[in-house]
Amino acid sequence: MNAPLTPTTLAELAAAVRSAPRVLAIGARTKPRLSAVAPDVTLISTLGLSGITEYQPDEFTFTALAGTPLREIAATLAARGQYLPFDPYLLDAGATLGGTLAVGLSGPGRFRFGGLRDFILGVRFVDGTGRLVRLGGKVVKNAAGFDVPKFFVGSLGRFGVFGELTFKVFPRPAATLTLRLPVADANAATQILTAAAGARWEIDALDLLPSTDAIALRLAGPAAALPLLAAEILTRFPGEILAAATADALWADLRELRWTFADGPLLKLALTPAQLPALAATVRTHAGRLHVTAGGNAALVSLPAPIASLGLPALTLRGPGPLWLDAPASPVIAAAVKTALDPQNRFPSLAA
Amino acid sequence: MSSTVTSAADPTRFLRRLGEILPPARVLAGPAQLAAYESDGLTAFRTAPLAVAVPETQAEVIALVRLCHAEKIPFVARGSGTSLSGGSTPVAGGLVITLNRLNRILRVDAAQRLAVVEPGVINTAVTLAVASYGLHYAPDPSSQSICTIGGNVAFNSGGAHCLKYGMTSNHVLGLKAVLATGEVVEFGGASREQLGPDWCGLFVGNEGLFGIALEITLQLLPRAEVFHTVLAGYRTLEQAGDAVSAIIASGLLPGAIEIMDALALEAASAAVHAEYPPGCEAVLIVELEGPREVVAAQRPQLDALIAASGPVEARPARDATERAAIWKGRKSAFSAVGRLSPDFIVQDGVVPRRRLGEALRRIAEMSRAAGIRCANVFHAGDGNLHPLILYNGTEPGALERAEILAGKILHMCVEMGGSITGEHGVGLEKRDYLATMFNADELDCLHRLRAAFDPLGLANPGKMFPDGTAPALAQHGLHPLEKAGLISRE
Repeated sequence: MNAPLTPTTLAELAAAVRSAPRVLAIGARTKPRLSAVAPDVTLISTLGLSGITEYQPDEFTFTALAGTPLREIAATLAARGQYLPFDPYLLDAGATLGGTLAVGLSGPGRFRFGGLRDFILGVRFVDGTGRLVRLGGKVVKNAAGFDVPKFFVGSLGRFGVFGELTFKVFPRPAATLTLRLPVADANAATQILTAAAGARWEIDALDLLPSTDAIALRLAGPAAALPLLAAEILTRFPGEILAAATADALWADLRELRWTFADGPLLKLALTPAQLPALAATVRTHAGRLHVTAGGNAALVSLPAPIASLGLPALTLRGPGPLWLDAPASPVIAAAVKTALDPQNRFPSLAA
Repeated sequence: MSSTVTSAADPTRFLRRLGEILPPARVLAGPAQLAAYESDGLTAFRTAPLAVAVPETQAEVIALVRLCHAEKIPFVARGSGTSLSGGSTPVAGGLVITLNRLNRILRVDAAQRLAVVEPGVINTAVTLAVASYGLHYAPDPSSQSICTIGGNVAFNSGGAHCLKYGMTSNHVLGLKAVLATGEVVEFGGASREQLGPDWCGLFVGNEGLFGIALEITLQLLPRAEVFHTVLAGYRTLEQAGDAVSAIIASGLLPGAIEIMDALALEAASAAVHAEYPPGCEAVLIVELEGPREVVAAQRPQLDALIAASGPVEARPARDATERAAIWKGRKSAFSAVGRLSPDFIVQDGVVPRRRLGEALRRIAEMSRAAGIRCANVFHAGDGNLHPLILYNGTEPGALERAEILAGKILHMCVEMGGSITGEHGVGLEKRDYLATMFNADELDCLHRLRAAFDPLGLANPGKMFPDGTAPALAQHGLHPLEKAGLISRE
């Protein structure tokens, strides 16, 4: 495989796409399995396309080039008291905005206001014919044209190469407070996740920790209100309030995937809380580790070695093994949409 | 698929085969029966369809779409017909498929906080069905007491709470749909997370050009425990706009931030007897919501911000009744404008929020220059304007003049970096303006996507994209249901 192409402008990005019969975009390769494709595919690095091109704090929007590190975006937003509420992963590892969109990976904060799909507003991308187009918009509300930006969430770069992305942001809550709620087993965890998710407390994050012996419940809002809410929650579910430094370290460790095996497969799953006990049992059988987030709607599984199935569709982000385990069924329309956006099959298929 | 594509549309054969799918009582083809379906919420356009089909089951809808595909007859899906962009305006020679009888709530899963519904379910019926679990369905278009979820999905409807909660698309977890080809697809599911591309996201907002949603899985949210709703009157629109900027800059995230101008206030007070602070050019409505402890902590901050913004008067709602009255005034504003003028066009442009003041000034100038009255009701929190352009359709050329003004306003929105539509969709009304937002390559990309779902172009043709057809501009007047006070517009 040749060295990746390294465009530094959007025009060069389009030219790079046109320059080879088979191409795929890569960012910082923090999820390298997604771009571990056949050697005839020319890789295009977006790392030379970096930087926030527009940021209007009073619009709750920013636009950045696809290769912009999340860390830079988070810092820029934080300086103005704002944030991406879906808590993107791997900030310290150097993950890019474009790669995060391609994989569709939202962190614990997606519980409250939604995931990537709920904050992506517009995308400028190069389609399979090599044309640079922009769909969606740059304002927080827009209903013109088909919502291709949303379609790109989780598309693995197989339908277009992202050049520039526009996101909605929110004001960062004034304070956070994290509770640790011990659980005896996965069934108990499911019960707490379900009960807490439907309660009045407006929970910010609701995760089963990789230790699987406790749920982490984060509140976010005005500092005066959080201890009052926490006190009520602790009367329902026994547990403790974590010290701020402990809580920060807990969420940072989850965000940077520090709980995972270094070399084994890391997989993303979509699930419901009811499916959690079976998944937890399967993971245990394979001596794996599990972080359940979004109130039991998403999970990351880290395994010491590849396996054939987790009982649910799973996407391998890094490590050995196939890209998909129990690949989700592709809708009958998938081939036609692929042809519409990439008529010459310049980008690899979703299957590989 | 068993049906074969024939060489040319044959209406007689089509109607005969239609009779094999539905009993005669559920096929409307007489002129008097069709009249009720000639237009939707965009009353300026009317077209009589070939026939109206009234299916009661998903299987019937699928059979109808397959028949249309086989016979190359265009079709338009219709819920309650409240589209303000003409999204459900019939196609001449085409079939209207009404979905109101597919109104079953198939499943409520309170633990997973979701509901699976058919497309004809009314928006507010979802919240009613799940209220006993302490849950609600967040998207709240002003027509929510009559508009259907199917229509909300097709046009990605918004409402007053979009800044914090997003639009319809943000609340659709799964879909079963029959595509224009007659194929049935299922996207998404019960999880709030997904693997692979977001097919649901692509489908929602397709404006009926991809096919018809048959089953929709909606996410539900815990109902906010308490609200703090404030209505504040200002001498000038600019002051109201400044108050919005101050609230946004404060770090608060209100559930809703709405503004009504003097003309809209006049209409609303006449229609629902709402009393607004006298002598105000603008009224601002701001609502905080959440757990009581959170709202209690944020309330003094909001009240102080509003007090500092120089209102003539600020009125916090003291109870649920007063809150309901504030929202009734706001949500009735559009149809209330019908009292000021025999006809009006509702626009839906979006501008960057910081340019709201400038946009309103320019709309006022353009309105003065054209000699056309224009009322403004808008979602100030997200820059979504709803100028209501008043005209009298019986005056020769009045509609055309109103449309010219509407076009100028849309151009202004695009020029400011906004959008021609925030929540009503492009539909028939704004199809000629799509090209102001997207260049030739971008339009081509959208066309190719449409063709992927609907190679024959049979699903709601003439919407979103200009296609050379021109439905008749018709006589003036409110929608019959609007005249009866049953629906209102946003």
